[in-house]
Order: sequence, then structure tokens, then C-alpha cells
Amino acid sequence: MADLAERIKKMSPDAVASVSSSLGQECVVVHKEAILEFMRRLRDEEGMLFNFMMDLTVVDYLGKRDAGSRFEVVYHLYSLKHNHRVRVKAPVSQADPAIDSVVQVWRGADWFEREAWDMYGITFKGHPNLKRILLYEEFVGHPLRKDYPLRKRQPLLGPEN
Amino acid sequence: MGVEVEDRNPEAALGDSVILSTVDAVIGWGRKYSFFLYPFITACCGMEFMSVAGPRYDLDRFGAALPRFSPRQADILFVVGTISHKQAPILVKVYNQMAEPKWVFAYGACVCSGGMYNNYSTVQGIDTILPVDIYVPGCPPRPEIVFDGLLKLQELVAKERSSKWPRGAAPYVPKAKI
Repeated sequence: MADLAERIKKMSPDAVASVSSSLGQECVVVHKEAILEFMRRLRDEEGMLFNFMMDLTVVDYLGKRDAGSRFEVVYHLYSLKHNHRVRVKAPVSQADPAIDSVVQVWRGADWFEREAWDMYGITFKGHPNLKRILLYEEFVGHPLRKDYPLRKRQPLLGPEN
Repeated sequence: MGVEVEDRNPEAALGDSVILSTVDAVIGWGRKYSFFLYPFITACCGMEFMSVAGPRYDLDRFGAALPRFSPRQADILFVVGTISHKQAPILVKVYNQMAEPKWVFAYGACVCSGGMYNNYSTVQGIDTILPVDIYVPGCPPRPEIVFDGLLKLQELVAKERSSKWPRGAAPYVPKAKI
């Protein structure tokens, strides 16, 4: 399936910004505005049938890229029917760290998106229950962002730890 | 003349049938061989705790075998594994539920100091939120050092004065409702 990324580009030429392939891993970078419709097509098109969203996470490129594409939401998709995989990336800006939720495409994305919100502060528009999943509600900020202070502590108990 | 000797050492006059002691010493002796544990296990140290409590190493040899699954019946709070800030109010609630006298056993590096987790999520040693009686380092501690810690705790309990109790609730109240 070496041409999978190319076929995806052909499927949605407007949504895809670039494609690449490394060590058998097909990778597609898409515009975040098109993500929801693009994902729905990946799931439903006959040659794609990505029915399993394996992973959803975020990378913070602070200091490596400009603020317009500071974050990148990364999806790993797998098709049980065709036994092929693809990595989809969507750059998100620092000023507007938001992207459409894909929970309506794959229900399994629910907790992944909550974790991404908790750790990176990416807002997933249309998510049914977007609140913290690992940290407590009193926590301020998003600790896996590269600009979260390394020594900052927010204990629920005691002044010193 | 015989009367004077008896005044100085009354126990000798009573023969082998009576032993004199203090109430504190007798109570301490009784307590140190009958600990009921409350295992508060959150992480990988729990695996090592199972080994300690199981038949090969056999914590029961020291009278501390019986884990109670209600803190209200327990004497020692075994804090085994990393305590996160989110978990800390629960730990304090469990501690406050225990009846006195009660002791806290810090089991492993994370519980003693935060261990290798010096980050946003981890309590830097439970002594920042609770009074701790014995620290056992290790990642995780081997069963032998746990026994060493338990024996040292037994020594401490045997020497305790009853005036130490009650020790009262944990010094900090959670900022969040749990």
C-alpha cells in the first residue's frame, strides 16, 4: 500500500496540505478546517475504510515552529478491512488552539480528546463532554505545554510540596 | 534488714510469680506484635508489598499479617506507591478515618520524597501532608528492608508513652471536596 498517502491526496485534494512516507508509515498533513469532513471520508470511502482510530495526541513545537502552527494534533488510523494504517496531522495555531472534534466519527476519540485538552489545552469543538480527564478541576494551565513552568506545583493539600 | 532489701527491690521479694512493669510498657509490648495493616497501594511498590505479605517472606512472623480493608480497623497505614496531588485528599481522608493509636509507614522512594517524579503531578513526600513514623527507601524496597523498617517501628511503639495519643487529624484540610 505504498501509494496510500497519494490516494488519500487524490480523494481530498483540498483538505490535504502535504503527504509523506517514511519506513512504511504513510503520513498526511491536513488543514484543520477540513478535518471533520476529511475524517468522515477516510472512514467511509470504499478504498479507505479506516474504522479504527488507534491514537490521538498533540505535539507542541514551541520554539521550533512559528506561532501559527505551534501545535499539531496527530491521529493514527487503522483499517481492519484493508489492514492499512495512516498518520494524519493537523497544525493548530497558538492564537486559536481549537479544532473540530472527531467524536461523531469515532466514539473512541472521546477520552483521547479530553486528555489532549487536559494536557495541551486544545479545544475540540463539538465534543460532548470536554473536561479534564487526568488532572483535577482546580488545576490551572496545561502541564505538557512546553511553556508550563517545570517547577510549578498546584497541590490540593499542604503549602510546601 | 530483710525489709530494707524488699523496699529497694520489691520485685525480688515477690518471687517468680509476679512481674512489675509500667502500663505503657505492657501496652506497647502488646501493640507491637499485633499490627493490623491498611495497605494504601497505588503503584508498582504494591508488587513488592505482595511479596512481603505473601508466604515466602511472611509478614505474619512479626504479627503484622492481617490487612484490613477498612481504615477504621487498622493500626498502620502502609502508603505503598506514588501519591499524586489528585490522590492526596483521599489518602488524608483514609488517615483521618483510622482509630488512634495509628502509625504511618512510608513504603518506597516515591512516598518518602516523591522519588524520581519531581513534576507537576506528584506529592514530594507524604510527610508534607501526614505525620510519618517510619521511612523505608527503595525503588521498590526489598522485603528485607521492609522487615527492618517494621522491626524499627516495633521498637518505637514499644517505647511510646500513652501521653503521645491522641495525635489528632492530619494537619492539612483539602482545598477541594472529594
